[in-house]
Amino acid sequence: MELLLDVRDLCVNYKTYMGELKVLNGVGFSVHKGEKIGIIGESGSGKTTTMRAILRILATNAVIKRGEVHFIGNNVLKMDKKKLTEMRRRHVTMIFQDPTAALNPVFKVGELLADVVKYSHSFNAEKTTKQKLREISIDVLKEVALPDPQRVLDSYPFQLSGGMRQRVCIAMSLATARDLLIADEPTTNLDVTIQDQVLRLMKNLVEKKNLSVILISHALGTVRGTVDTVYAMYAGNMIETAPTEELFSNPLHPYTQGLLKSVPKLTGAGFSEGIEGRIPNYIDPPTGCRFNPRCDRALDICMKEKPQLLGVEDDKHKVACWLYSKR
Amino acid sequence: MEKNEDLLAVENLTKHFKTSFGVVRAVDSINFKVKAGETFGLVGESGSGKSTTGYMVMGIYTPTSGKILFKGNDISKHAKKRPKYLKKDLAIVFQDPASSLNPTKTIKDVVGLPLKVHKMVKNSDELAQRVSELLEAVELPAKDFMQRRPRDLGGGERQAVAIARAIATNPSFIVLDEPTSALDVSIQAKIMKVLMRLQEKLDLSYLFITHDLSLMRNVASRVAIMYLAQIVEFAPTSVFFQNPLHPYTQMLLSSVPVLTKEEEKLKPKGVISKGEVPSAINPPPGCRFHTRCPFASEICKTKEPIFVTAEPGHQVACHRVNIASQKQ
Repeated sequence: MELLLDVRDLCVNYKTYMGELKVLNGVGFSVHKGEKIGIIGESGSGKTTTMRAILRILATNAVIKRGEVHFIGNNVLKMDKKKLTEMRRRHVTMIFQDPTAALNPVFKVGELLADVVKYSHSFNAEKTTKQKLREISIDVLKEVALPDPQRVLDSYPFQLSGGMRQRVCIAMSLATARDLLIADEPTTNLDVTIQDQVLRLMKNLVEKKNLSVILISHALGTVRGTVDTVYAMYAGNMIETAPTEELFSNPLHPYTQGLLKSVPKLTGAGFSEGIEGRIPNYIDPPTGCRFNPRCDRALDICMKEKPQLLGVEDDKHKVACWLYSKR
Repeated sequence: MEKNEDLLAVENLTKHFKTSFGVVRAVDSINFKVKAGETFGLVGESGSGKSTTGYMVMGIYTPTSGKILFKGNDISKHAKKRPKYLKKDLAIVFQDPASSLNPTKTIKDVVGLPLKVHKMVKNSDELAQRVSELLEAVELPAKDFMQRRPRDLGGGERQAVAIARAIATNPSFIVLDEPTSALDVSIQAKIMKVLMRLQEKLDLSYLFITHDLSLMRNVASRVAIMYLAQIVEFAPTSVFFQNPLHPYTQMLLSSVPVLTKEEEKLKPKGVISKGEVPSAINPPPGCRFHTRCPFASEICKTKEPIFVTAEPGHQVACHRVNIASQKQ
């Protein structure tokens, strides 16, 4: 499979008045053409920061310390403005967590959608008539199973329900041909029955258009049902990766194990004790493995040296933990 | 109060809000009972009226009509009109601890306030003693936390403080309004453990409000499902997850994202989620779920279903189940 996105040793800091937050601590992962990956982790683990770095839409106080992001062979972090715009318009698209904040409240859905179609379509933008744009917009809305697309086009975002708004966001991001879809907690703000519908819709569209996907979520179940490969993230590091079923049935990292055990099950097995403590302070993060203060199996080496993400048994299941390193 | 006796009974409870768009029917004539020492789960999606129900029990809203009986006495009025001892006996933990704790006060002030209001301590030494006991009861290190403020705490720790405040006056009944939905799963597990240990130790009854069915499965002894201001199904928890009868319940269950194959087996097949919750200003006539129900027939569109008992303790308001049970 052709390599689409390759992130290597990405380090991002945030400058604040309290000091520098060392958030991303050498993140690395890759996405091949047609591959669907999921990134799980609790809030504050750096999932969104990673995605924003890929699109270079980080907050202004963020500093990319080191690392490389290659998209089809080009280093995104060194792209000039023109190439960057080209990438955002034609190749990579993102669905954000909160559709209310993602849609500009002073424009009608039709205007928002027309802009996206106009600027990212491969045909000549100036020659496209309003009529043609509207036709395309209606087709796009039909694709996301929105009833009465004509009415939706003439509505302002606040006139739609949360589920409809997220469908509009999906429609906008998939209006034109793309290679990679980044979905950042696309269903967190939705009710469970609506979440089910939106996820199914996204899955169908992705299959139909043969897109690569990065799905970010802290709701582990939604990731399990959607992607092929899962990465677990903790405090700015990728700590484990495996094919979906393997990761959920046989987690290796103490954090992944604790996380999976913490999720209440429909079978009713009660609760685990959860994981002690919380995400570290990023101004002065623990040395070595960043999970060591919360880990009940920490060794001496965990305090000193950062473990690398290495394969266990086969090369598909990798874990960054000293417990599994061959000594 | 003895176990298995009714501590709280809600009868035909209704709350309508007047807005500029029309009357929002937030809760429409619901009935349920909570026994002493049990956890009664109220499940529903946003806007189904579950929080409004909890708020009416607490006296935050005055019911439009209907009764709330607590230990046999009618308490269906606003908190301002309730006697003080009643406020001591009923407590609530809100969803978001970031906004339910006063940011300018120390943890000692926050947890100590109900003790002062109800004159449960005589002097400041006793207050400090009691607050530290309460913090230890929710498994927080009392010494470190007394003088800190909510912003210095993590989400889980804040919620633990909110729980300490709720149990400060030795209540017998606590409304838990989505107590863990603002928290990460690893923290959620910890808070739930604390809540369950407290229930055992202090003999508490919980009205547990949540939208998370997997969570409910592990907490509640009985569950009620709400849809658009009405309860559609009641059941003991284990029965409920084995044999959900109302199509809405089936739709909810089949939409839950799960982590294991065993869980997948519990999800009903053939009820795929579709449509959205209609407006509570103008709810559909007949069965309110008929607009999304895959089994809806003519009668569902006109006649409101009544509760039928499918098995002991398991009641459901659905024409289809009713007809099926009559045929047998």
